[in-house]
Amino acid sequence: MLIINCPWCGDRPEIEFRYGGEAHIARPADPATLSDEEWAEFLYNRTNPKGRHAERWRHIHGCGRFFNAVRDTVSDFFVATYKPGEPRPDLKETQP
Amino acid sequence: MLDISRRPLPPAASPLDALAGAAKAVPAASLRALPASARLAFRGGERAAGLAGIAFGVELPREACRFNTASGKLALWLGPDEWVLLAPGLDPAPLFEGIEASLGSEPHALVDISSRSVGIELSGARAAFVLNQGCPLDLSTAAFPVGMCTRTIFAKSEIVLIRTAPDAFQIDVWRSFAAYVWGLLEEARREFE
Amino acid sequence: MSGSFRTPVGGRIDRLNPVSFSFDGHFYRGFKGDTLASALLANGVHLIGRSFKYHRPRGVISAGSDEPNALVDVSRGGGRTTPNLRATQVELYEGLAAESQNRWPSLSFDAGAMNDLAAPFLPAGFYYKTFMWPAGAWKRFYEPKIRAMAGLGRAPVEADPDRYTQHYAHSDVLVVGSGPAGLAAALAAAASGAKVILVDEQAELGGSLLAETEATIEGKPAKDWLADTVAALAARDNVTLMTRTTAFGYFPHNMIALAERVTEHLPNPAATLPRERLWQVRAKEVVLATGALERPLVFPDNDRPGVMLADAGRTYLNRYGVQPGRRAVVFTACDAGYRAALDLAAGGVTIAAIADLRAAPKGELPARALAAGIDVRPGTAVVGTKGRLRVSAAELAKLRGEAAHGLGPVERIACDVVLMSGGFTPSVHLFSQSRGKLAYDPALQCYVPGASVERERSTGACRGIYGLTAVLEDGYAKGEAAAHAAGGGPVPARELTAEATDTGTDGFIGATPHPRNPAFAKAFVDWQNDVTSKDIKLATREGFRSIEHVKRYTTTGMATDQGKTSNMNALGIVSEALKTPVPQIGLTTFRPPFTPTTFGIFAGAARGDLFDPVRTTPIHGWAAERGAAFEDVAMWKRAHYFPKGGEDMHAAVARECRAVRTNVGIFDASTLGKIEIVGPDAAEFMNRIYTNAWSKLEPGRLRYGVMLREDGFVTDDGVIGRMAPDRFHVTTTTGGAPRVLAMMEDYLQTEWPDLKVWLTSTTEQWAVIAVQGPKAREVLAPLVEGIDISKEAMPHMSVREGRICGAPTRLFRVSFTGELGFEVNVPAEYGRAVWEQIYAEGERHGICPYGTETMHVLRAEKGYIIVGQETDGTATPDDVGLGWAVGKAKKDFVGKRSLARAAMSAPDRKQLVGVLTTDPNVVLEEGAQIVADPEAPVPVPMLGHVTSSYHSAVLGRSIALAVVKGGRARIGSKLVVPMPDRAIEIEITDPIFYDPKGERLDA
Repeated sequence: MLIINCPWCGDRPEIEFRYGGEAHIARPADPATLSDEEWAEFLYNRTNPKGRHAERWRHIHGCGRFFNAVRDTVSDFFVATYKPGEPRPDLKETQP
Repeated sequence: MLDISRRPLPPAASPLDALAGAAKAVPAASLRALPASARLAFRGGERAAGLAGIAFGVELPREACRFNTASGKLALWLGPDEWVLLAPGLDPAPLFEGIEASLGSEPHALVDISSRSVGIELSGARAAFVLNQGCPLDLSTAAFPVGMCTRTIFAKSEIVLIRTAPDAFQIDVWRSFAAYVWGLLEEARREFE
Repeated sequence: MSGSFRTPVGGRIDRLNPVSFSFDGHFYRGFKGDTLASALLANGVHLIGRSFKYHRPRGVISAGSDEPNALVDVSRGGGRTTPNLRATQVELYEGLAAESQNRWPSLSFDAGAMNDLAAPFLPAGFYYKTFMWPAGAWKRFYEPKIRAMAGLGRAPVEADPDRYTQHYAHSDVLVVGSGPAGLAAALAAAASGAKVILVDEQAELGGSLLAETEATIEGKPAKDWLADTVAALAARDNVTLMTRTTAFGYFPHNMIALAERVTEHLPNPAATLPRERLWQVRAKEVVLATGALERPLVFPDNDRPGVMLADAGRTYLNRYGVQPGRRAVVFTACDAGYRAALDLAAGGVTIAAIADLRAAPKGELPARALAAGIDVRPGTAVVGTKGRLRVSAAELAKLRGEAAHGLGPVERIACDVVLMSGGFTPSVHLFSQSRGKLAYDPALQCYVPGASVERERSTGACRGIYGLTAVLEDGYAKGEAAAHAAGGGPVPARELTAEATDTGTDGFIGATPHPRNPAFAKAFVDWQNDVTSKDIKLATREGFRSIEHVKRYTTTGMATDQGKTSNMNALGIVSEALKTPVPQIGLTTFRPPFTPTTFGIFAGAARGDLFDPVRTTPIHGWAAERGAAFEDVAMWKRAHYFPKGGEDMHAAVARECRAVRTNVGIFDASTLGKIEIVGPDAAEFMNRIYTNAWSKLEPGRLRYGVMLREDGFVTDDGVIGRMAPDRFHVTTTTGGAPRVLAMMEDYLQTEWPDLKVWLTSTTEQWAVIAVQGPKAREVLAPLVEGIDISKEAMPHMSVREGRICGAPTRLFRVSFTGELGFEVNVPAEYGRAVWEQIYAEGERHGICPYGTETMHVLRAEKGYIIVGQETDGTATPDDVGLGWAVGKAKKDFVGKRSLARAAMSAPDRKQLVGVLTTDPNVVLEEGAQIVADPEAPVPVPMLGHVTSSYHSAVLGRSIALAVVKGGRARIGSKLVVPMPDRAIEIEITDPIFYDPKGERLDA
């Protein structure tokens, strides 16, 4: 069971959280102006990287807040968690 | 509401009525169904929280996972813009009206959730040990001090956990999960019978 | 023979507490502190089981959890029966009853032993090769026979009556293993003030020190140092000592799973105690001090009872006061064999000879053996054993040359025990489970921990450090480092100097040479799975190169053993056969659990009524008292129907339906999801989330809302009341409540954080009592206060606040039946009382309680959909006839852009229609396919399927809803539902079967 650092509540066990998919994919402000291809890109396409992945989590059985995290998909260790609206932290690859 | 001759309130029932009545006395991990309480969910920004605290009579904590208490009432921080106001034994309606009146046009949400959950008190020297059979948090007083409260997990149920004393916790659990949580607590404390 | 192998003094057993026990019905005596294995050996019993495949007689090999052989069934009667327990771990208690396994009719005469004679036909992978003909015979004949013959113990058929508990725990430093390294680590970590947990699988802390009679630590005999150390640790508040506790799994982020055996060793455990506890320990830092496992030597007939590991023999003598035999031959590749020989000699056992694979053993222990007059034979191998159910002689032969495998003449030496030692293998199981990388150490001929992944350190023998002083120093240093990393305070320096004879690091991996015909010699590598060196060589001849493949083909190191005794020898044999260095052959993965773990520990309290939360409504008790049948909906129990006087479901539902259509029915709708949406931007939020337009909905009015996912498909629906300009009372489907709230929170928090609106679940705040039928108003009118519920004052789709039966209510005028209807929301604690008063009032009007089945039929008669039944995640609002609910003038809402895709309005989309069978008595099966021509060549084009199907009592015939390609254009046409036994003719109709103009709603 992973430990996840909620930006409000601190370190908490994974079972209090729910995964929310890739982060930093904003809903287009005016979807009507998008072509079908652009809309499909927003709806369905994700980066699925091997390594550092910015993703959304929700502390659903805690403070209820969504937040963002950078997790290494190879090691399953979190590199950082941060509040929504904040930019993805610029992390050196050497950090654990 | 029209001015009417009001019938008396019908008898109230709790999902814990039968269970609590049959509970054994186990001093190391004592279980008790808490009496009815007014519960109001309060949501809003900093200014609204300030006004609500004044109206409620207990300041709303701004520190994460903490509660304030005064004259038997508790204000629980559950999220950065979310509090639950607990007033044991009080009628929620006048509390609700009072807070609404004091907020005026300040954006906020106040919802009566008095009936949504029931309260359980678990106390005794082995209370934390019993809770840790379903709750994954570190319940040492260093990690979960008196004055802390949070939503968390107890086995397959969500609960709000409140530490009121080093060996006393209150558990607030949605009604339909209450019998399950109570049953697990009974099972967990059996070895101290 | 009782007690005849017990030494007069010595050992850690409690000689003042004799214990009687039975094995295969024979009664024996032992002492408190014995294991079943030590007590049986003390009674001269070496034959303890039959092997898995060949049914060969087997005895005790080890003295710990690495035992592959001596598996027994221990029973306290009925469901309290546990098969496959290692006799080396079963603690003796008064009255213990153990049975041997895998033998018939008896352990000493076992019919299955003919498998041993048939062994040439049972090579590795035999089941892939031998039993393949005729086709089908494997399942019918071979597999059941093989399963009956092979195998281990049998699980009891009764339910397990014991309790198991599960616990979460947290520590700064968790130390696994309480040998000298683990104790030293715990001492250091404890001194830092850190919170320390020290666990050990054995009954006593101490590990290898429990069998130590000679060494001293810090100037004290090891035994005294151990007692003092344990006492010092136990006295500290920040230290938790756990014995009989196996760390069996290492999970991500330093979550270690422990299995604590609480009552297994007690003759009459208290009923309140759990049999076992599962501990999930989250440790900031972990110190692995799991020690090393002695390696067997692989020589012919090395499985005969009486052949055991040398250090195990020493442990039986020193720790349990048991001579493993009278006359021993020692076969060794390292100095540990000499240490065992010397200790046993001192304990009265005759050492007939020591055969040492090494040509020129050096070091203190061989010198002491020579000085003691023991017959030491360097450069010699044991090449076989004799005896039927117990070893009676060992056969020795001198090695000629280094690698030629030339052997001198075979000499037979009488003995009743053969002690073997191939050196030690670090126990890296937990380290490997933690995803740490193992590194091969060619000098030690073993894998040792390399780079860590988790916050963990290995110390002592599990990382290839063997000298006692070195182990203690390493343990103390690792404990200090772990405590420091976990935030502990300073640790005082401590010199843990020991005086002990070094056993060195020599060893051997692979199979030792012998002169026998390889086709018939059985030199076991894996005792538990009956894998011999021949099997492994066969696998390499058949082309298997990776040890992972050899493992799967031969089964070596599989199952409960997880390679403890077998791994390195298997690697050695493959390495030699392929002439490839060990590291290039790889290493199999060590998987949890480290040792077998009961199912009970994983179930914990989650059984029976506590398996899952069973959510019940405030009205549940009333329905249960009236004999309602219940159905599971999400986690809820809902009243399904209320049978009267022996009615079946069909009859009950028909009666309930008629009652609602003609008089009035009462229905518990409390499980409906409810969300209170409050704030100045509430209407704007509703506009964005639902397809409908909300701005103009007046307070006091209701509207049916449809919710899409962003991909344009219907995900939920419900009736929503506007309680105030800034307050909506939203209802959702019963099963959809958490999903809908989560989706709303997602948009609100992450896409529209600027909106001033907040969401609160009120599902359980309100009990919901639906009163439906022509007489609904008459029933409620006398009970309601403060609300005018007349037709004029409270029209269909309106909501009012007031009181009912004295309780505050939000009274909805709404219908899911097509009849005049109300839904009474009252605070949950009043739900039952209000229900009872409504019911009492309703009895004058023929009120009938109805369940979810009737609710389904009534709504289907009206063509109302159920999300999840008429929709399957690929239905647009228009597909299911809800196009009217889409606010086309709205600029945007969730899912709107997707609805604009061409495919979403294609004319051949599946559309909701009604279906009437030509024969009104035929009720279609839900899910049945609909085709135009069942005789068409396959694949027959599928046009759609039946989504709901019932018998309608009011209409006196069957009705169904379906989704059919281009369905609305097909209304009036005939199609076919093909079933296995016939083709059913149907007509496509409008989905509203009853009161199509909706006049009854406005009654």
